[in-house]
Amino acid sequence: MIDFLCVKVVIMNLKEVLTAEENQKLFLLGNEAAVRGALEAGVGLASTYPGTPSSEIGDVFSKLAEDAGIYFEFSTNEKVALEVAASAAASGVRSFTFMKHVGVNVASDSLMSAVYTGVEGGMVILSADDPSMFSSQNEQDNRHYARLANMPMVEPSNPEEIRQLMGFSYELSEQFKLPVLMRTTTRVSHMRGVVETGKLVPGKTKGFFKRDPKRFVPVPATAMIMHKNLVRKMEELRKLSNSYELNKIYRRNGKVGIVTSGGAFNYVMDAVQGNNLNVDVFKVTLTYPFPDELLLEFIKDLDAVIVVEEVDPIMEKEVLSILGKNGIKMAVHGKLDQSLPLIYEYTPNIVMDMLETVLNQEIKKNQVLNSDLSIPERPPTLCPGCPHRSVYYTVKDAVNSLELNDVIYPTDIGCYTLGITSPYDAADYLLSMGSSIGTSCGFSKATNQNVVCFIGDSTFFHAGIPPLINAVHNKDRFVLVILDNRTTAMTGGQPHPGLSVDGMGWEAPEVSIDAIVEATGVKYLRKINPMNIKKSKEIFMEALEFDGVAVVISQHPCMLTKGRRSSKAELAVKQEKCDACAVCLEKLACTAIYKDEEGKVSIDPKLCNGCNVCVQVCPERAIGVKK
Amino acid sequence: MKSYSIYISGVGGQGIIKTSTVMGEAAMKTGLPVVMSEVHGMAQRGGSVSTELKIGDNYSPIIELGSADLLISFEPVEALRAVPKISKETYIILNTNPIYPFNLSESGESYPDVQNVLTELNNKAKQVYALDADKIARESGHSLSMNMVMLGAATAVEGFPIEKETILNSMKANLPGKSLEINLKAFNTGFNFVKSS
Repeated sequence: MIDFLCVKVVIMNLKEVLTAEENQKLFLLGNEAAVRGALEAGVGLASTYPGTPSSEIGDVFSKLAEDAGIYFEFSTNEKVALEVAASAAASGVRSFTFMKHVGVNVASDSLMSAVYTGVEGGMVILSADDPSMFSSQNEQDNRHYARLANMPMVEPSNPEEIRQLMGFSYELSEQFKLPVLMRTTTRVSHMRGVVETGKLVPGKTKGFFKRDPKRFVPVPATAMIMHKNLVRKMEELRKLSNSYELNKIYRRNGKVGIVTSGGAFNYVMDAVQGNNLNVDVFKVTLTYPFPDELLLEFIKDLDAVIVVEEVDPIMEKEVLSILGKNGIKMAVHGKLDQSLPLIYEYTPNIVMDMLETVLNQEIKKNQVLNSDLSIPERPPTLCPGCPHRSVYYTVKDAVNSLELNDVIYPTDIGCYTLGITSPYDAADYLLSMGSSIGTSCGFSKATNQNVVCFIGDSTFFHAGIPPLINAVHNKDRFVLVILDNRTTAMTGGQPHPGLSVDGMGWEAPEVSIDAIVEATGVKYLRKINPMNIKKSKEIFMEALEFDGVAVVISQHPCMLTKGRRSSKAELAVKQEKCDACAVCLEKLACTAIYKDEEGKVSIDPKLCNGCNVCVQVCPERAIGVKK
Repeated sequence: MKSYSIYISGVGGQGIIKTSTVMGEAAMKTGLPVVMSEVHGMAQRGGSVSTELKIGDNYSPIIELGSADLLISFEPVEALRAVPKISKETYIILNTNPIYPFNLSESGESYPDVQNVLTELNNKAKQVYALDADKIARESGHSLSMNMVMLGAATAVEGFPIEKETILNSMKANLPGKSLEINLKAFNTGFNFVKSS
């Protein structure tokens, strides 16, 4: 359900990211500001694999890249995206790659070498972390990557800072010939604020790669020298960090000082200003290499330091080590003394409560009310008419008909992970992108249970192919269901290599999932239309009995895909036939079907997409087209 | 100016983010500092969603507990979920049309009577403006203009810091011609509902 007025508003905004001239005010999302900042810095190439909370950056590039005269692609996965950006930068083109925090894990193998080889044109890698896991499997703190890889890192606090820091990061990157990591969090990426535009700089899209194997090919002999150079660069960067203007000290005549960065800085400033606290604040923006001398300057007249950061106690440990190294005895409050929690994102109230305790001073807070009525949970779920729902329904039906017990359902990352909810209960094991197939190999070897795993089309391209090859070669036995809904649905419907359109919006060759599966040597491959319940069930039963790797490709477009919504048929329950057996409610559990207060089963016409699956499921044939 | 905080809650897919963005842009055009927080991603698949909008000199868009000036809830139960954000001084615009969570029969939870929700909100807040925004939208010409009903109602609330004309101008500038009339009708019905309450 998308509002027709406001879709237009947003589209106009998006165009403005490119068309707005200098010194204009735009109300931009952090992710949109990243695109503007990159365009003002003359970026020539951008690449990504979509992942929340970074997805809108790619959506905006996808709409604007052609008009901006630059190149943008949705790469097959984050590692490829980083490699595309790294080689462009090695050729002198300013490049930008961006991904969610766990995407950096995928890209990390090449990232660790990209800091050794370095860049020629500037390169920025944006990692959008997700504290509190709004849309993620973990809340890892990617500031560790700056330390692991040895690369400079900036942490913006708001959309305007994201825009500004893009320009700074490209200059820093070219000055030190190193990629720069920009670490955001969900609350910064998805914060909307007023951005003042700078001047657009036409991006250079073609460079020239000057061969220099000593510089670009890390083998033992060359890597020894590269690492030495990297350490030298980081030492120079440490000096720069100590004089960088956005590593800023706010003096407020305090005896206590707060060291903070990113989104946490906002909570600190609101609390400090709102209560007029005599507390000094050190906002660290270029957070790695950590500005050690500035910290010493900051704490000169202080009695205690509080470190406010999300998620791990990273700066807190920096502060402790700098104090220790300089023989300074001073109380340091943060996560390590339990003044602040070690998990989840912060909130204004968490920061205010902490300040009240540590400062031993009353902080003005409003009374918190709670509802006296109990509130039913509202977890996210599959949309009405979603093809995944019928697959789950049918697989379960097939498993029951064959009287199979203890079936394991490894799942993967996408909308279909929502199969974790009852009545589907079709998500038993998940590690990361592509893990459904790899873990099925292990279950196949280590148990005698039946295994049915699910992976989406985009995820299959991303990380599903190597484990499928593994499964065939190692003679595993399981059913792989590829849920091909012709889009990357969970992140908002981006294209992938199986479609005839690319990130630029240009026509592109479709890469066939069938052909890839066939090429691995799989002996059982069938395609189904999941909306045909009877046929699908027959195929699933066959697949479950197959001795080997059985692949079922379930093909039906996502209901959110443009133009897919609702066949014109409006479905309704024929009350005279319905005996309220509730198969549709309890086994199919489509959100459009509900039981009213009198126990009557009905279909909500606002939600129903007319997919016709419930018509096939109903044992009384009580659902049909409304006359 | 004194900071003004708006909490907007509802269900994924109701167009909450878009409505909030219109308000934020109008604030910016009025020359007011404004920050906003949105939830994207998994929750948007029919789960509870909210946006937070703070007008005034603020760094963070996240509203401190018990300090929202205005709660705009697109769904009754989602207003209850937002109660920790409100105070005795909060005005509430409530769309009374319920959307039942899909897993009620599974979870064993029950959906409260909407009349009880209203009583509860009236006990907690300064004033509740309750309207069936879905119905008004349909009567205005299209069910998808529901968020304009809510926006119109919000614009009429005492203390709302943005002029009606500014909101309307921002709407008009962005409206496709064919739906303008419907959206204006929806907006004005919402606006007049609160003004005449």
